[in-house]
Amino acid sequence: MPSGAGIPDAAMMACLFFIFLVPLAGAGISLINAGLGRSRNAGHMMMASVCTLSIAAIAYFVCGFAWQGFIGMPGHCLVFSGKSWNWIAAQPFFFRGLEWSGSPASLVALLQLFSVGLAALIPLGSGADRWRLRACCASAAILAGWTYPVFAHWIWGGGWLAELGANYGLGHGFIDAGGASSIHVVGGLTALAVTWILGPRRGKYSPDGMAPAIPGHNGVLVLFGCLLALLGWFGLNSAGAMLFTGGAPGQTVLISINTLLQAAAACLTAAVITAIRFGKPDASLSANGWIGGLVASSATCAFVVPAEAIVIGSIAGALVTFSVEWFELKLEVDDPAGAVSVHAIGGIWGLLAVGIFARFQGPVLNPAGASPAGGASAPGQWLAQLVGVATLIGFVLPLTYGLNLALNRLCPFRVAIEGERQGMDLYELGAGAYPEFVTHTEDFIPR
Amino acid sequence: MKWLGFLLLVTGWLLVLAAIVLLAASPSRAVFVLAGMAVEALGLSFVIRSHLILREDKR
Repeated sequence: MPSGAGIPDAAMMACLFFIFLVPLAGAGISLINAGLGRSRNAGHMMMASVCTLSIAAIAYFVCGFAWQGFIGMPGHCLVFSGKSWNWIAAQPFFFRGLEWSGSPASLVALLQLFSVGLAALIPLGSGADRWRLRACCASAAILAGWTYPVFAHWIWGGGWLAELGANYGLGHGFIDAGGASSIHVVGGLTALAVTWILGPRRGKYSPDGMAPAIPGHNGVLVLFGCLLALLGWFGLNSAGAMLFTGGAPGQTVLISINTLLQAAAACLTAAVITAIRFGKPDASLSANGWIGGLVASSATCAFVVPAEAIVIGSIAGALVTFSVEWFELKLEVDDPAGAVSVHAIGGIWGLLAVGIFARFQGPVLNPAGASPAGGASAPGQWLAQLVGVATLIGFVLPLTYGLNLALNRLCPFRVAIEGERQGMDLYELGAGAYPEFVTHTEDFIPR
Repeated sequence: MKWLGFLLLVTGWLLVLAAIVLLAASPSRAVFVLAGMAVEALGLSFVIRSHLILREDKR
C-alpha cells in the first residue's frame, strides 16, 4: 500500500488489531531475557526492557521515521549506470507531514514504534548480567534512531534493496514481510557486537578454556514468554504482510497458520535434538528453537504453504540448537539468552528460505517489481535474498559494531566488578527482584 | 586483525553491489555475488578469531 493509496476501513481496523498485538512480542522477549539471566539481575533486565522500549520509541519518533519513510514518499537517490539507488528517506523529523487518518503511512509509523523497540530488546539478552542501564539506553537510541531506520528504508521504504527486482530483474526485489531482517537480524547482529564489546561474564570461561553452564534462573518465565511472543508474532507478521507486501486481510489466516507451524516445528526439533544428545529435552534450548522458528516465519509466512513452513521451522530449530552451542563453546561468545543464534541465525535462514521456497500469487508490493505468473517462484529471487543477507553482514554488522564501540568509549558498557558480584538489581537499582527469596546472612549476625 | 576483518566485510559487500550493477548476465553475476559473500565470510572469520585471541591474552 503506497503512502498515497487509500485503505478500506475494514482493512485498516484489521491492521490496527494486528499492530496492537505486536507489544506482546516485546513482552515475551523481555520475559525470556529475564528468565535466562541470573535471579540477582532479573529486576534490572525488566527495567532495562521498559527503558529500552521507551528510548527506542522516542528516538524513532524524533528521527527514525524521517530516515525510514515509506513507499511513495520522497527519498535521496544516487544514480549508477542509469539506475536510481534510493538510499535514505527525506521525511521531516517528529512525524511531521503524516496524515493521521488511518493512512498506510500512519499505520506503518505506529507499527514501527513497536517493531523498533522489539529490535532494541534483542541485544539486552546477550548483554544480560553485565550491561549497565544507561549504556543499554544509549545503544537503543542509536539502533532506533539510525541503524534500524536505514536498513528498514532499504526494504520497506522503497529503497534500493526493494527495487532490485525493478532495476536489475532480481525477482520481486528483496522481500521480508514481517521484519526477519530489519528487526531480528539487525537486532541479532547488534547483540553480537555488544557481546564482543562487553566480553563474557566473570566465571563463564575458566583459564583452561572450559565453559561451565550458567543456567537461567526461571524456566517458567522463559516458556511463558514464548507463548506471549507467539501472539505478538501473529500481529507482527500479519500487519507487516498487509502493509509491506500488499497482503489482503484474508491472507492473514495462512500467515497465522504458517507462523504457528514454524514455531511448533522448530521447538519440537530442538526438543528432539537435545533429548537425543543429552538424554532429556532441554527447556531453554527448546524455547530458543520456538523463537527461532517465529523469527524465520517473519520472512516466509506470507509466501509458503503450511507443509513448507514445517520444513523451514524444523531447519530453523536445528540451526538455532547447534549454533547456540557453537557460539558459546567454540567462539566463546557469552550470550545468556542465545539472542545471536535465535535472531541473527534464525532470521538469515528465514530470508534465504524465501529465495528457496517462496511462491507468489501475484505482484508483491515492492515498487514496480517483476510480476511472474501466479504460483511461480520469481526468477532471481534467491539472488535478491542473498544480496540482502550480504548487506546485513557486510554493512550492518560493521556499522553497529563501530557505533557501539564508539559509544562504549563515551559511556562504558560493562558494570564494575562489584556490580557483577553483587547483582545488577542491587548495584544499579538498589532493590532486588525477589527480596524475600534471599537469605541475607548479615541480618542474623549478632550486633 | 579485527579491523582487517571488518574491512573485508565491507569489501565483500561492495563486491556484491558491484556484481549487481556491472554484470547483467545471470551466471556471472551470481558467481560474483557468491564470491563477495565468500570475502565476507573470510572477514567474519578474522573478526571472530581476533576476539578469541584477545580473550586468550587476557587469561
